[in-house]
Amino acid sequence: MLLIHCPYCEEERPEVEFAGAGEAHIDRPKDMNAMSDAEFEKFFFIRDNLKGVNYERWRHIHGCGRFFNAVRDTVSDKFLTTYKSGEKKPDPAKLKTGKGAK
Amino acid sequence: MRNYSVFSLAREALLGHKGWKEQWRSPEPKKSYDVIIVGAGGHGLATAYYLAREHGITNVAVIEKGWLGGGNTGRNTTIIRSNYLYDESAGIYNHAIKLWEGLSQELNYNIMFSQRGVMMLAHNVHDVQVFKRHIHANRLNGVDNAWLTPEQAKEFCPPLNISKQARYPVMGAALQRKGGTARHDAVAWGYARGASDRGVDIIQQCEVTGINRDASGNVTGVETTKGTINAKKVGVVAAGHSSVLMQMADIQMPLESFPLQALVSEPVKPIMPCVVMSNTVHAYISQSDKGELVIGAGTDQYTSYSQTGGLHILTHTLDAIVEMFPIFSRMKMLRSWGGIVDVTPDRSPILAKTPVSGLYVNCGWGTGGFKATPGSGHVFAHTIARDEPHEINAGFTLERFRNGRLIDEAAAAAVAH
Repeated sequence: MLLIHCPYCEEERPEVEFAGAGEAHIDRPKDMNAMSDAEFEKFFFIRDNLKGVNYERWRHIHGCGRFFNAVRDTVSDKFLTTYKSGEKKPDPAKLKTGKGAK
Repeated sequence: MRNYSVFSLAREALLGHKGWKEQWRSPEPKKSYDVIIVGAGGHGLATAYYLAREHGITNVAVIEKGWLGGGNTGRNTTIIRSNYLYDESAGIYNHAIKLWEGLSQELNYNIMFSQRGVMMLAHNVHDVQVFKRHIHANRLNGVDNAWLTPEQAKEFCPPLNISKQARYPVMGAALQRKGGTARHDAVAWGYARGASDRGVDIIQQCEVTGINRDASGNVTGVETTKGTINAKKVGVVAAGHSSVLMQMADIQMPLESFPLQALVSEPVKPIMPCVVMSNTVHAYISQSDKGELVIGAGTDQYTSYSQTGGLHILTHTLDAIVEMFPIFSRMKMLRSWGGIVDVTPDRSPILAKTPVSGLYVNCGWGTGGFKATPGSGHVFAHTIARDEPHEINAGFTLERFRNGRLIDEAAAAAVAH
């Protein structure tokens, strides 16, 4: 079971308190009617599914209930950091050695 | 290839079993092939086998990063059934069942196919309605599936607890009698032996690191850890790593890869006569011929390539098993393991041509690809050989996520993943 640091509660809690919510930083389109089929496919179905450092959303559903983002390595399953929704993507190169690495 | 028969067995028994030959060759890769299959799991090996047998294309290499059948082929719970809801699914899974039925004879290899029946339990009114809908849809598609009362379910599977006092009492079951299990390793080995005998090179311990294309974008081969290997056609059959491989050809896939776990108990005498699956309490169980209870757990909720899942997923499944079969409550579990499954948004596979000329993909089998192995390989070989899909896999395109013609089997999976 993963241990996940909720950036709102500011503590590490077991995975069963959280719900995974898929890839992060996918902007919801402002006008879906204006999208082409290819654009909609990319937004709705296509996923990076990276082997390695991945950006993903989590929800602290049995805690504060809020969505937040995480950087996690999908080979080791280790979190590099978690951060609040709306914050910019952290640079993973800095995370591995810098502050926030766990 | 040496034919296996009672006579060859008897002969070897008399001669001290010194005459058995290796079952497939392990050649060094040639400079070029007509077709390269990436991934030597059941689906990839079956594809190579049918390319050689049905289409006369024998200059084929199957390239495998690890060892043959060491991915999801050797990690699944070996359940075979075809009682899916939609016409396309009924087509491909039933095609597979028909091939399973004659496969041991065809391959001259005992794959231990056992049509012991797959029973899916209903625990609430919704389950009852959904399963009855499935049964009617299956019957229209020529797929056997029948409704059982709780008493009939217990008669079919005596260890089952049908007590009304259970937290989720059994309200009935859908039974596909033609469903069952097969020996997963033997499926990979049998196809490997058959393909190798027909001239297919199976190259293990060789990782594909790139997909090469010419100036006009056509596939010209692959880069591997054993050097460049050329081919005009490349079929990617890489399960959990499909996204990674397709990105080498600049194709972004509608896939997510999740860990899926299974476990086995200590071996015991025969007690489970069939396969039992339950969506609502989330568990599926059968007994191997070795005597182990083979139990399938769920997927983790995050994407991963680690081939490891969380322990709480396993304990959740065992809670359900003990609820359905209180008699197993003191069984010891021996081993658990994980595989990486590639899941599509509509929970149906992709067996298709791609936007890159000469590149074909067979992926997205998610949590239940083993059952389709022969059918999948058969129609994928057709797709590669003819450069057009077989009528059975015509609907399983990559474009369906763009044009909306989904094959939405999410509700038809035997367990919710």
